[in-house]
Amino acid sequence: MSATVSQIDELKSTPWSGGQSPFKVEYGKMMMWFFLLSDAFTFSSLLIAYGALRFSASTWPAADKVFQSVPLTSIEHGAPLVFVGIMTFILIMSSVTMVLAVEAGHRNAKKEVLGWMVATIIGGFMFLGCQALEWTHLHHEGFWWSSIPTNLETLKEFFNGEPAVAAQQVTAHQFANLFFTITGFHGFHVFSGVIINIIITINVLVGTYEKRGSYLMIEKVGLYWHFVDLVWVFVFTFFYLV
Amino acid sequence: MSSEHTELHHGDHDHGDTMTRGRIWKIFFILLAITCIEFFIALYMVPKGHMGLNIANPIYIILTLLKAFYIVAYFMHLKFEKAGLVYSILVPILFIIGLILVLTNESHHWITLR
Repeated sequence: MSATVSQIDELKSTPWSGGQSPFKVEYGKMMMWFFLLSDAFTFSSLLIAYGALRFSASTWPAADKVFQSVPLTSIEHGAPLVFVGIMTFILIMSSVTMVLAVEAGHRNAKKEVLGWMVATIIGGFMFLGCQALEWTHLHHEGFWWSSIPTNLETLKEFFNGEPAVAAQQVTAHQFANLFFTITGFHGFHVFSGVIINIIITINVLVGTYEKRGSYLMIEKVGLYWHFVDLVWVFVFTFFYLV
Repeated sequence: MSSEHTELHHGDHDHGDTMTRGRIWKIFFILLAITCIEFFIALYMVPKGHMGLNIANPIYIILTLLKAFYIVAYFMHLKFEKAGLVYSILVPILFIIGLILVLTNESHHWITLR
């Protein structure tokens, strides 16, 4: 710019004067962020509704009694958090492989992007498999949407102490509905994330982004995938720990 | 769409501060360590009676928010974006905090209705 720039031209050079990208992100990536924000509202509403119902209840099924088995092994009792610990580890791991794919994309290293994307997809399927096992196990115990163990002796085992039977039945119903709705909604996000990852991986394979000269699409699906991991962090805390 | 748009954010970051492989693994180990602390509290401290649930639960929530920070800031790269984008994502979160305050307050009244 020379010294002869008029005042109006100078005004136009600010980031917010139009014709520029003040956030310095590409359109699709910014829209992914705003979509994730709206998705965060949805998940928060579900989790806050869960919190409100649980706050107002005199008792609640104890997490270390509901989730104390490890599917696929002979451990049926006394191992709380072990299986969900494996699930959490799988999801954090797949988040790491995703961010490694993004990093490889910055270097335009097609083979590395491909490898890390495939690892992320495998992680996603492993998590979905674990969740299917967890759901099956709970279903066998009698939990499902608006369904709880009919045997009162069985039901009692899921509570600490001896709360009133009516309170047990009401809160067990609420727990079952909320658990399957929230983990189901999260699982659906994982599932769609895996599908999107597969589509993107195919695009990497056929060289779409190589031709385009940029692996920015990996960043966008990466944002979605990390968000799924982020939601799990909260689901894990509020269903399994608290 | 034209390819000039997709290249906008690509290439050199003018602040030179971005995710390297070393940093990715560092964040992974931080997340893993926080999760291990949560397990230690849940499997050892609480059952053995070293810590009550009234102390353990706030610790879980603080550790969860810490994990959320590391995921959003580093894995989702938000820490290295323009301040305008950071605020347009973070400020609406206030609505969520508002809903938490309203519904926790409300749920205290529901107890008396049961």
